[in-house]
Amino acid sequence: MERYYKEIYEASQSDKEKVAWCSSVGPAEILIAAGFKVYYPENHGALIGAKKLATKYIIKANSIGYSPDICSYLTSDIGAYLMNETPLKDAYNVPSIPRPDVLVYNTNQCREVQDWFKFYGNEFKIPVVGIFSPWKIKDLKKEHVEFVSNQFKNLVKELEKITQRKFDYDYFKEVINLSRECSLLWKRFLETAQNRPSPITFFDGTIHMAPAVCLRGLKEAVDYYKLLNSEVEERIKRKEGAIDNEKIRFYWEGMPIWGRLRFLSEVFEKNNSNVVASTYCNSWVFEDLSPEEPFESMAECYLKIFINRSEEVKERILVEEIQKYKCDAIIFHDAKTCPHNTNSRFGMPERLREKYGIKTLIIYGDLNDLRCFSDEQTKTLIESFPERT
Amino acid sequence: MSFFAGIDIGSSYTKICLIDEKKKIIAEDIVSSGISFEKTSKKILRRVFKKINGNFKINDIKVFVSTGVGRYNFPFKKITKTEISCLVKGMTYYFSGKGTIIDIGAEDVKMVQINEEGEEVDFKMNRKCAAGTGAFIEEISRKLRMPLKKLNNLAEQAKKSIEINSFCTVFAGTEIIHLIREGKDIKEIARGVFESFVNRILSMVKVEGKLFLAGGAVAHNPFLLKVFEEKTGITPLVPPNPQTLVAFGAALFALENKKKIDV
Ligand code: SF4
Repeated sequence: MERYYKEIYEASQSDKEKVAWCSSVGPAEILIAAGFKVYYPENHGALIGAKKLATKYIIKANSIGYSPDICSYLTSDIGAYLMNETPLKDAYNVPSIPRPDVLVYNTNQCREVQDWFKFYGNEFKIPVVGIFSPWKIKDLKKEHVEFVSNQFKNLVKELEKITQRKFDYDYFKEVINLSRECSLLWKRFLETAQNRPSPITFFDGTIHMAPAVCLRGLKEAVDYYKLLNSEVEERIKRKEGAIDNEKIRFYWEGMPIWGRLRFLSEVFEKNNSNVVASTYCNSWVFEDLSPEEPFESMAECYLKIFINRSEEVKERILVEEIQKYKCDAIIFHDAKTCPHNTNSRFGMPERLREKYGIKTLIIYGDLNDLRCFSDEQTKTLIESFPERT
Repeated sequence: MSFFAGIDIGSSYTKICLIDEKKKIIAEDIVSSGISFEKTSKKILRRVFKKINGNFKINDIKVFVSTGVGRYNFPFKKITKTEISCLVKGMTYYFSGKGTIIDIGAEDVKMVQINEEGEEVDFKMNRKCAAGTGAFIEEISRKLRMPLKKLNNLAEQAKKSIEINSFCTVFAGTEIIHLIREGKDIKEIARGVFESFVNRILSMVKVEGKLFLAGGAVAHNPFLLKVFEEKTGITPLVPPNPQTLVAFGAALFALENKKKIDV
């Protein structure tokens, strides 16, 4: 990751290379193929959260009118920008965030990314291109795919204007291939959690997912997961669990709580519980990408992400996942500032319990704003589960 | 004679309950938790031992089970349990049947669904907010400079209530002062306080089956029972020791564990 951030920073400093900022489930493959180095503000937001710097920055963004009730990635990131600070400095020895030449978002995850990127569009006086996705899809239709793939094709034209170069379709197919390979390897890593004991935890996943988010479409990501998978497969052979005494298996639904990853993983482990799988880590699996139909398959993959599905589809996926990973219960993280990736607010836990007999827990917290999270309450909640089973 | 103790170290109050082998309560006590859970634990032990008789010593207690937020801070050999399990244990000692347990503490409210067998099937807690916890009523009583007993008595006398809209404890206080300045009937305001409180709790949980209530707020605010009954149509069941029920449940666990650990 250090090399990745250094390279983007250097690109932002040179006249020869161009930098694009992209939402985390945005059209990265197109940007890479067009020759951009791609930076993901959400990853920066998560880093701020993980370094426990978020509250310092959130209040700064609040003071210029970005409410404490909206996405705390957005407020942390904008706040850090306003204070001219970044955790990249300490983490990767990179002096600042890279100055972009274009900003590209996709509303498949939420509308917040639009306002977030517009803020920077105004700051840097550069083009902001939005891909508008139909929301909360039940049955994915041809029209949906067409609507989005046409926007992708238009994006290519916009990018050509910025780079002053013809888009290289052969390279695009190569990138699509690499992205697909990365997805399959990442999926294989996540699926190792089907083993009992699971050789991985959700918390490991949140760390190892960085290449799937930031380097997908590049060879580095493929190499990374090949190596990682060979290590994990060794562990499986040795029947080595990620925690010592795995008795209870949880499924995690929702955003991670970045500033409390260590705390939570310790509390779970102490209670012989492992959070083995999650909808979150699964969100970067785009296995249906196809070089034969690059735009269409991209549109399909990016429309099908969990966050963009209807309640019915989400319910079905959750039930299947809980069975697949043989989980004893599902934990919903009700993230105060991310309603889009919070699925406990429309009766889902109740439905899972009543219709399928699935045990549920709800943790109230936030991705970055730790003022919304209580260590004690959460600890009691997690500890009480093994006592009741 | 062997004794078993449960200590519930809560954020505001620490409760202790000692039982004998026949599950008979020998002594109970409640002290403010203060800033050191360790010191408070020692203090409550001294007090409760004195209550029994001057010669009672820590070694007379076979097993300790500590619970509550401070469960790990209890400075003697103990087994820890969460307050949720202890609550269910205590409540199912007194009552049976499928239902919803609501335990209203000073700073939190816990809602547990239990099945016919008395097993916990679901559990919820309030979010990071004092609305719907004992702190809400305490704050209002402070703001009105009116002891809880009087607040309860006034509410009891009201024929109707004035709605308090704010969930926020501080803003609700301000709203009440405003209502008083407007010359509204204090009895109706008092009733409104309890109704708003119960509404808040019932917005967090669906009461299914019987309704079991416990916790300090229930012990000190008898009027709450009436409001719960009005709003749910279910007569609440309250154990004889609502504030020390969790400590009692912990003591029952201590007794169960007597064979498992040899102190
Ligand atoms: S999905 Fe949630 S966390 Fe991600 S950018 Fe949108 S609002 Fe923020």
